[in-house]
Amino acid sequence: MRIKITRDPLIAEPVIKSLVIKEHGAVTTFMGTVRLHNEGRTVDYLDYEAYPEMAEEQMRAIAEEVKKMPQVEDVSIVHRIGKLHVGETSLIVAVASKHRREGFNACLHAVERIKELVPIWKKEVWAEGAEWVRSKGA
Amino acid sequence: MKVCARYFALYRERVGGNTESFDLPAAAAVGDLVAAIMRRHPNFCPDPSRVVVAVNRVYVDHAHALKDGDEAALIPPVSGGA
Repeated sequence: MRIKITRDPLIAEPVIKSLVIKEHGAVTTFMGTVRLHNEGRTVDYLDYEAYPEMAEEQMRAIAEEVKKMPQVEDVSIVHRIGKLHVGETSLIVAVASKHRREGFNACLHAVERIKELVPIWKKEVWAEGAEWVRSKGA
Repeated sequence: MKVCARYFALYRERVGGNTESFDLPAAAAVGDLVAAIMRRHPNFCPDPSRVVVAVNRVYVDHAHALKDGDEAALIPPVSGGA
Protein backbone atom coordinates (compact mmCIF):
# COMPACT_ATOMS: atom_id res chain seq x y z
CA MET A 1 0.00 0.00 0.00
CA ARG A 2 1.37 3.39 -0.99
CA ILE A 3 -0.45 6.56 0.11
CA LYS A 4 1.10 9.85 -0.91
CA ILE A 5 0.48 13.48 -1.80
CA THR A 6 3.20 14.95 -3.95
CA ARG A 7 4.07 17.98 -6.07
CA ASP A 8 6.05 15.81 -8.49
CA PRO A 9 4.66 14.46 -11.79
CA LEU A 10 2.89 11.12 -11.36
CA ILE A 11 4.11 7.95 -13.04
CA ALA A 12 1.92 4.84 -12.98
CA GLU A 13 4.55 2.11 -13.01
CA PRO A 14 6.03 2.70 -9.52
CA VAL A 15 2.51 2.96 -8.05
CA ILE A 16 1.58 -0.39 -9.62
CA LYS A 17 4.87 -1.88 -8.40
CA SER A 18 4.07 -0.70 -4.86
CA LEU A 19 1.16 -3.15 -4.60
CA VAL A 20 1.86 -6.15 -2.40
CA ILE A 21 1.49 -9.22 -4.58
CA LYS A 22 0.12 -12.39 -3.10
CA GLU A 23 -2.01 -14.31 -5.53
CA HIS A 24 -3.89 -11.66 -7.48
CA GLY A 25 -4.69 -12.05 -11.13
CA ALA A 26 -5.60 -8.43 -11.86
CA VAL A 27 -4.20 -4.93 -11.36
CA THR A 28 -6.78 -2.22 -12.07
CA THR A 29 -5.54 1.36 -12.35
CA PHE A 30 -7.29 4.69 -12.69
CA MET A 31 -5.48 7.84 -13.78
CA GLY A 32 -7.27 11.16 -13.44
CA THR A 33 -5.99 13.76 -15.90
CA VAL A 34 -6.59 17.46 -16.52
CA ARG A 35 -9.25 18.05 -19.18
CA LEU A 36 -8.91 20.71 -21.87
CA HIS A 37 -12.59 21.71 -21.66
CA ASN A 38 -14.76 22.03 -18.57
CA GLU A 39 -18.28 23.47 -18.60
CA GLY A 40 -17.66 25.20 -21.91
CA ARG A 41 -14.40 26.84 -20.89
CA THR A 42 -10.95 26.14 -22.25
CA VAL A 43 -8.78 25.28 -19.27
CA ASP A 44 -5.33 26.83 -19.01
CA TYR A 45 -4.26 24.94 -15.87
CA LEU A 46 -5.56 23.61 -12.54
CA ASP A 47 -4.09 24.57 -9.19
CA TYR A 48 -4.57 21.82 -6.57
CA GLU A 49 -4.37 22.59 -2.87
CA ALA A 50 -4.54 20.07 0.00
CA TYR A 51 -4.87 19.89 3.74
CA PRO A 52 -1.97 17.49 3.48
CA GLU A 53 -1.97 15.77 6.88
CA MET A 54 -5.70 15.10 6.84
CA ALA A 55 -5.81 14.27 3.13
CA GLU A 56 -3.25 11.50 3.56
CA GLU A 57 -5.13 10.13 6.57
CA GLN A 58 -8.38 10.10 4.57
CA MET A 59 -6.66 8.44 1.59
CA ARG A 60 -5.27 5.76 3.91
CA ALA A 61 -8.71 5.17 5.48
CA ILE A 62 -10.25 4.83 1.99
CA ALA A 63 -7.54 2.37 0.95
CA GLU A 64 -8.18 0.31 4.11
CA GLU A 65 -11.92 0.38 3.38
CA VAL A 66 -11.38 -0.76 -0.21
CA LYS A 67 -9.00 -3.53 0.91
CA LYS A 68 -11.94 -5.04 2.81
CA MET A 69 -13.98 -5.38 -0.42
CA PRO A 70 -14.34 -8.91 -1.87
CA GLN A 71 -11.15 -10.33 -3.42
CA VAL A 72 -9.19 -7.09 -3.07
CA GLU A 73 -5.62 -7.64 -1.94
CA ASP A 74 -3.93 -4.24 -1.97
CA VAL A 75 -4.61 -0.60 -2.84
CA SER A 76 -2.34 2.39 -3.55
CA ILE A 77 -3.47 5.99 -3.94
CA VAL A 78 -1.23 8.88 -5.03
CA HIS A 79 -2.49 12.43 -5.57
CA ARG A 80 -0.54 15.30 -7.08
CA ILE A 81 -1.04 18.91 -5.96
CA GLY A 82 0.21 22.27 -7.23
CA LYS A 83 -0.08 23.58 -10.78
CA LEU A 84 -1.13 20.96 -13.36
CA HIS A 85 -1.52 21.57 -17.08
CA VAL A 86 -3.91 19.94 -19.53
CA GLY A 87 -3.16 16.23 -19.97
CA GLU A 88 -1.14 15.89 -16.77
CA THR A 89 -2.10 13.25 -14.19
CA SER A 90 -3.59 14.40 -10.88
CA LEU A 91 -4.53 11.04 -9.37
CA ILE A 92 -3.50 7.40 -9.63
CA VAL A 93 -5.43 4.62 -7.92
CA ALA A 94 -4.14 1.06 -8.29
CA VAL A 95 -5.96 -2.03 -7.00
CA ALA A 96 -4.66 -5.60 -6.89
CA SER A 97 -7.42 -8.19 -6.82
CA LYS A 98 -7.94 -11.84 -7.60
CA HIS A 99 -10.22 -11.15 -10.59
CA ARG A 100 -11.01 -8.27 -12.94
CA ARG A 101 -14.63 -7.51 -12.00
CA GLU A 102 -13.87 -7.01 -8.32
CA GLY A 103 -10.84 -4.92 -9.28
CA PHE A 104 -12.86 -2.51 -11.46
CA ASN A 105 -15.56 -2.22 -8.76
CA ALA A 106 -12.99 -1.52 -6.05
CA CYS A 107 -11.10 1.03 -8.15
CA LEU A 108 -14.31 2.93 -8.98
CA HIS A 109 -15.39 2.87 -5.33
CA ALA A 110 -11.99 4.25 -4.27
CA VAL A 111 -12.19 7.14 -6.76
CA GLU A 112 -15.75 8.02 -5.69
CA ARG A 113 -14.73 8.05 -2.02
CA ILE A 114 -11.68 10.21 -2.78
CA LYS A 115 -13.87 12.79 -4.53
CA GLU A 116 -16.30 12.74 -1.61
CA LEU A 117 -13.95 12.80 1.40
CA VAL A 118 -10.36 13.84 0.76
CA PRO A 119 -9.67 17.51 1.60
CA ILE A 120 -8.16 18.53 -1.73
CA TRP A 121 -9.40 21.46 -3.82
CA LYS A 122 -8.76 22.53 -7.37
CA LYS A 123 -8.88 25.99 -8.81
CA GLU A 124 -9.61 26.07 -12.50
CA VAL A 125 -7.75 28.80 -14.35
CA TRP A 126 -8.73 29.85 -17.86
CA ALA A 127 -7.92 32.85 -20.05
CA GLU A 128 -10.54 35.18 -18.55
CA GLY A 129 -10.55 34.14 -14.90
CA ALA A 130 -10.34 31.48 -12.21
CA GLU A 131 -12.77 29.58 -9.98
CA TRP A 132 -12.64 26.96 -7.22
CA VAL A 133 -14.32 23.82 -8.54
CA ARG A 134 -17.09 22.03 -6.68
CA SER A 135 -17.29 18.29 -7.40
CA LYS A 136 -20.53 16.98 -8.82
CA GLY A 137 -22.36 15.06 -6.13
CA ALA A 138 -19.91 16.08 -3.41
CA MET B 1 -9.93 28.41 25.63
CA LYS B 2 -7.96 28.93 22.44
CA VAL B 3 -8.80 27.18 19.17
CA CYS B 4 -6.80 27.43 15.95
CA ALA B 5 -8.91 27.79 12.80
CA ARG B 6 -7.31 26.67 9.52
CA TYR B 7 -8.66 27.87 6.20
CA PHE B 8 -8.22 26.30 2.79
CA ALA B 9 -8.93 27.18 -0.84
CA LEU B 10 -12.06 29.34 -1.20
CA TYR B 11 -12.31 30.01 2.55
CA ARG B 12 -8.60 30.94 2.76
CA GLU B 13 -9.12 33.53 0.04
CA ARG B 14 -12.29 34.93 1.66
CA VAL B 15 -10.72 35.45 5.10
CA GLY B 16 -7.33 36.44 3.67
CA GLY B 17 -5.16 34.04 5.68
CA ASN B 18 -4.25 30.42 6.46
CA THR B 19 -4.85 30.36 10.22
CA GLU B 20 -6.46 32.41 12.96
CA SER B 21 -6.74 32.02 16.70
CA PHE B 22 -10.12 32.26 18.46
CA ASP B 23 -10.70 32.71 22.17
CA LEU B 24 -13.94 30.87 22.97
CA PRO B 25 -15.92 30.14 26.16
CA ALA B 26 -15.10 26.84 27.86
CA ALA B 27 -18.22 24.99 26.68
CA ALA B 28 -18.03 26.14 23.05
CA ALA B 29 -18.96 23.79 20.22
CA VAL B 30 -17.97 23.83 16.56
CA GLY B 31 -21.11 25.85 15.74
CA ASP B 32 -19.92 28.58 18.13
CA LEU B 33 -16.58 28.74 16.34
CA VAL B 34 -18.35 29.08 12.96
CA ALA B 35 -20.47 31.90 14.43
CA ALA B 36 -17.31 33.63 15.71
CA ILE B 37 -15.73 33.34 12.26
CA MET B 38 -18.87 34.86 10.71
CA ARG B 39 -18.67 37.82 13.12
CA ARG B 40 -15.05 38.42 12.16
CA HIS B 41 -15.57 37.73 8.43
CA PRO B 42 -19.22 38.38 7.44
CA ASN B 43 -18.57 37.17 3.86
CA PHE B 44 -17.00 33.88 4.99
CA CYS B 45 -19.93 31.72 3.90
CA PRO B 46 -23.51 32.45 2.75
CA ASP B 47 -24.86 29.40 4.63
CA PRO B 48 -22.74 28.92 7.80
CA SER B 49 -24.99 26.13 9.15
CA ARG B 50 -23.68 23.89 6.34
CA VAL B 51 -19.97 24.60 6.69
CA VAL B 52 -17.97 21.35 6.96
CA VAL B 53 -15.48 21.28 9.83
CA ALA B 54 -12.74 18.82 10.78
CA VAL B 55 -11.35 18.97 14.32
CA ASN B 56 -7.86 17.54 14.70
CA ARG B 57 -8.22 16.07 11.20
CA VAL B 58 -11.53 14.25 11.80
CA TYR B 59 -14.87 15.37 10.29
CA VAL B 60 -17.30 16.42 13.06
CA ASP B 61 -20.76 18.02 13.23
CA HIS B 62 -21.51 21.48 14.62
CA ALA B 63 -22.55 20.09 18.03
CA HIS B 64 -19.06 18.66 18.59
CA ALA B 65 -17.53 20.12 21.78
CA LEU B 66 -14.21 21.91 21.33
CA LYS B 67 -11.22 21.63 23.67
CA ASP B 68 -8.41 24.04 24.39
CA GLY B 69 -5.71 23.72 21.73
CA ASP B 70 -7.94 22.08 19.11
CA GLU B 71 -7.17 22.61 15.42
CA ALA B 72 -10.43 23.23 13.54
CA ALA B 73 -10.18 23.14 9.75
CA LEU B 74 -12.88 24.84 7.70
CA ILE B 75 -13.38 22.58 4.70
CA PRO B 76 -14.91 24.06 1.53
CA PRO B 77 -16.60 21.62 -0.89
CA VAL B 78 -13.81 19.24 -1.90
CA SER B 79 -12.81 18.67 -5.54
CA GLY B 80 -9.87 16.29 -5.56
CA GLY B 81 -9.40 13.49 -8.03
CA ALA B 82 -9.68 14.30 -11.71
